[in-house]
Amino acid sequence: MSLHVEAVADLGDLHLDVAFDIPARQCLALAGPSGAGKSSLLRVAAGLLQPTSGRVTSGDDVWLDTARNINRNPEERRCGYVFQDYALFPHQRSWQNVAYALRDRPRAVRQREARGWLARFGLEHLADARPATLSGGERQRVALARALARRPDVLLLDEPLSALDTRTRASAQRELADVLRVTEVPAIVVTHDFAEAALLGDEVAVIDEGRVVQQGSASQLAARPATAFVADFTGAVVLHGTATPAPDGTTIVTLAGGHQIRSTDRAAGPVAATVFPWEITIEAAGPATSQSAQNHLKARVQFITTIGGRVRLGLAGTENLIAEVTTTAIADLDLQPGSHVTATWKATATRLVPHA
Amino acid sequence: MSQARWFPPLLAVALAVALSFLTLPIVAIFVDSGPAELLSSLDDAAAIDALTLSLWTSTVALVIIVVVGTPAAYLLATRRFRARNVLITLIELPLVLPPAVAGIGLLAALGPNGLFGQALDDAGIRVVLTTLSVILALTFVAAPFYLRQAEAAFSALDRSWLDASRTLGAGEATTFARVAIPAALPGLIAGLALAWGRALGEFGATLMFAGSFRGVTQTVPLAIYERFATDFTAALGLSAVLVAVSAAILMTVKLATRASPARVLTR
Repeated sequence: MSLHVEAVADLGDLHLDVAFDIPARQCLALAGPSGAGKSSLLRVAAGLLQPTSGRVTSGDDVWLDTARNINRNPEERRCGYVFQDYALFPHQRSWQNVAYALRDRPRAVRQREARGWLARFGLEHLADARPATLSGGERQRVALARALARRPDVLLLDEPLSALDTRTRASAQRELADVLRVTEVPAIVVTHDFAEAALLGDEVAVIDEGRVVQQGSASQLAARPATAFVADFTGAVVLHGTATPAPDGTTIVTLAGGHQIRSTDRAAGPVAATVFPWEITIEAAGPATSQSAQNHLKARVQFITTIGGRVRLGLAGTENLIAEVTTTAIADLDLQPGSHVTATWKATATRLVPHA
Repeated sequence: MSQARWFPPLLAVALAVALSFLTLPIVAIFVDSGPAELLSSLDDAAAIDALTLSLWTSTVALVIIVVVGTPAAYLLATRRFRARNVLITLIELPLVLPPAVAGIGLLAALGPNGLFGQALDDAGIRVVLTTLSVILALTFVAAPFYLRQAEAAFSALDRSWLDASRTLGAGEATTFARVAIPAALPGLIAGLALAWGRALGEFGATLMFAGSFRGVTQTVPLAIYERFATDFTAALGLSAVLVAVSAAILMTVKLATRASPARVLTR
């Protein structure tokens, strides 16, 4: 059973106009800035928000068709919805929250089934606890158990991990990925985080100002971002400038700070030039030594953050950059905040996207 | 830092002044009427009649208020429509109305020469000067207290709880009964306590609209007023009884709220 959602709606300042098809067993990761219309799309699918015009179908079931005046109530659509703050009922114990989704089951079996769902998420010992006494990660799992207990035709997850602290988040991400892998139904997960979108989504769609700006696999988005926002979202460094075609077939980009860099992408006019932090190498300030890499920017080290075996360098100059290097490189170059360096990267690693 | 040192004592003094002023009359009632007067006032058949009437009419009024007021407040709290603020103001109007005006208004509406007087008469219903008129007067003056509080309690609910309930297969009515009411319960009970207190103390509207007939329309405040002219000690004793009953209801409600699980859970 696949999910089809299309919606046109005016929501205050936002004009939402999107359409998605999600096949069974597939998960669409929906990303975009706050207020881009991500949650609104989920609400349209669930029947919590009525669009000006639109169609929502789950398999052959028509949930909404404004052209034919069909609009089923939320309770008549089988949606497993996980809300951003989990929306657990505060007056009910964990098992009662889950049992709420089982009200179409015989009364006698509800409690046993609810406890069964909780056990599946390793929460059987918290079945009698009330939401206020649970940790963020536990609440997230109760909410997920409750949504799945509804035996939904569609799973809708609104930033299901954003309320968690960083440490809980990593394990919750893997757990959620496992759940999505075995689930039979189409799913949409709204996220702010590219790594999360890449992990959870078979496809990633980026929406901005109510429209889809790019849709594809996470690796496609990273390799060829359609806009500066998508590039920024994938973690790339984004530099704004003006592109001019060069005689040798490359493109010269004059950056806002006056420096020029080259890209093998073709473009003309205002562009965002993007490069991933791990493509940027660092040399001590002075004449550039690298022969092949054509792009050099002088900068001052602003901060040095170690993440595992990698080090993120914040560089400030006429342009602000982020570079990712090894701990050895830091030691060899004796880098510290305030050090002057030259950042270098290849023209082939420089993506250009038109920028209005 | 040192300039602010006078401020905390000032707060304490303000609270002490407010507290002593507000409790002084109540303390005085109990000091002036010893246990003997209190007991003897309960020995008076007319006082017992008044107390019984007060208790059951206020209970009936409260049942009407809760049954009609809870869904009405839910609608006001969960829907956004244009006339909403106007409706809320209209509902709150009896709060600022002098009780005597409330009584006059009820007479003008339901009295023999009132708007609906003829219709009620044709239907064989006598309102004025009957126990029914007491219940109507109590409902009229006490309902806004409950409605206001209930509207605030429902407005404070997390909308995602109601949305979650719908996506989990519950219709609007089930959501109201199983999620909204239990989650808003502390606020609803607080409103109930306020309304009940107001109903038990109601005087002006009842006097104007229902009169003061022993066993029929004479509630405790009216009985106190009647004794006030002739027997101040008896008035004092009955006042003490009313204070005790009101305080007992307030305490019970507060304790019930504390025991309610929803209170522990709504952070």
